[in-house]
Amino acid sequence: MTPQEITERLKATFGDAITDAKLEGVVDPFIKIKAEAIREIALFLRDDIELQFDFLMCLSGVDFGKGLIGVVYNLYSMSKKHKITLKVEVSKEKPEIPSVESIWKTANWHEREAYDLIGVVFTGHPDLRRILLPYDWEGHPLRKDYKVPEYYQGMKVPY
Amino acid sequence: MFETGLEQIKSSTGRVLRSQEMIINMGPQHPSTHGVLRLELVVDGEIVVDVIPHLGYLHRCFEKHAEAMTNYQQVIPYCDRLDYLASMNMDWAYALAGEKLLNIQVPERVEYIRVIMAEFQRIASHLVALGTYGLDVGAFTPFLYMFRDREMILDLFEMTCGARLLYNYIWIGGVSHDLPSTFVEKAKAFCKYFRPEIKEYNDLLTFNEIFIKRTANVGVLPADVAISYGCSGPMLRGSGVNFDIRRDDPYSVYNKFQWDVCVGKGEMGTVGDCWDRYIVRVREMEQSINIIEQALDQIPEGDVMSTIPKRIRPNPGDCYVRTESPRGEIGFYLISDGTGTPYRVKARSPAFVNLSVCPDICRGYMIADVVAILGSVDIVLGEVDR
Repeated sequence: MTPQEITERLKATFGDAITDAKLEGVVDPFIKIKAEAIREIALFLRDDIELQFDFLMCLSGVDFGKGLIGVVYNLYSMSKKHKITLKVEVSKEKPEIPSVESIWKTANWHEREAYDLIGVVFTGHPDLRRILLPYDWEGHPLRKDYKVPEYYQGMKVPY
Repeated sequence: MFETGLEQIKSSTGRVLRSQEMIINMGPQHPSTHGVLRLELVVDGEIVVDVIPHLGYLHRCFEKHAEAMTNYQQVIPYCDRLDYLASMNMDWAYALAGEKLLNIQVPERVEYIRVIMAEFQRIASHLVALGTYGLDVGAFTPFLYMFRDREMILDLFEMTCGARLLYNYIWIGGVSHDLPSTFVEKAKAFCKYFRPEIKEYNDLLTFNEIFIKRTANVGVLPADVAISYGCSGPMLRGSGVNFDIRRDDPYSVYNKFQWDVCVGKGEMGTVGDCWDRYIVRVREMEQSINIIEQALDQIPEGDVMSTIPKRIRPNPGDCYVRTESPRGEIGFYLISDGTGTPYRVKARSPAFVNLSVCPDICRGYMIADVVAILGSVDIVLGEVDR
């Protein structure tokens, strides 16, 4: 299916939850969706007979600037061989996005990484711990307004 | 597979003995973790009940560094260090992402050079994977044979770009140097030498009775679990899924060559066991030689760098590009904000994703099998921790 057809199919089922879609004039066509609808949409994308997005290629946490952070999902279908990109934005004050761990197991570690480095809180994630940084690290380094702490466990940073 | 469950055990005098699960640390300093990875094993006797991986011992802030660079090209040496056994493939994936953002085509000679380098790198990387896998399960000799042949590939790289491990060779828009005049001849000589060597590995390790006993029917990964976990590369193909990005989502000039995708068939046990993952790598080396020989015959003359400005400024936008590295799908998600510095670089590393399935396939096996399973996943901690 082309990105246009995928978007139309999603719009027909979910309507308002799709806030924006850029399919022309961009490198990768993407669909923006509301954060609270991500789990239902993800489940539909995976299980719908026409779409069958069974492979989550990449899940990236991004600081979009202007007080917004979010997550980008790159999906692929092994059987239908089509791709689509989903984008979700939330405010920095309340960075909560439902987890898609139960739909694609790949998301488990990727969501932990996004939580670790960007600070997106994935609700419903079974094991949301830091994964790359030490457990007691403070702050989320890939946020654009991140300040390096002066000390970590009594050691000067950067030493 | 073993059933676990703590039963009441009585001593000969009828006293109830205490029995409980035990936690064992494997790593960060352990020869079979291939770097600094810590596995927390929950064991019942010698049977593994659960595995909890702890990562991050080799975290080098790749993504943070990439955002602090002043030029897109400056990120490439850091990409080298992601997967230090397959630097060419890492560079290539990043360069492709940059080129896609810039919307440029590289000269045809460059495509061929990149294919040749990437396939040589795949062989070199698989040789390390197979050799160290032999070490993990107690076969020392194949390791020496495989490193001997890997040296020859590294010699080819050295005469091309001067480096043996971290090349900084594939740049956005082309490659840093043209091939030296004797390269094609020497590469062909290597291909001719290498084909019979594969049979030697098979005699030494692949069909060794002890090796088969250690790896067949161990760590079985079913195809649907592999897809759900996003496994890729030999890990996915070992489970019998016929999928290769080089063929199914083609990039560069791979569609011009004749070659096969190797999948696990459960020849020695169950489909998706450690032996299947191993044999996929062995057979892939042969296919890589096929690709290299065709590419060496067809390579055209021409420039090795397209005309792009020294300081690249892609239009604002984002893209995700994936390629097939020796370990699987290496993807780069790049966001440009129109300046000369990447706004966000996310590396989707294959070993990171492949490792995440480990707890699922280790449960119910012995501790010694964990070593065999981990070796068959072929992790490189440089790209797991980034």
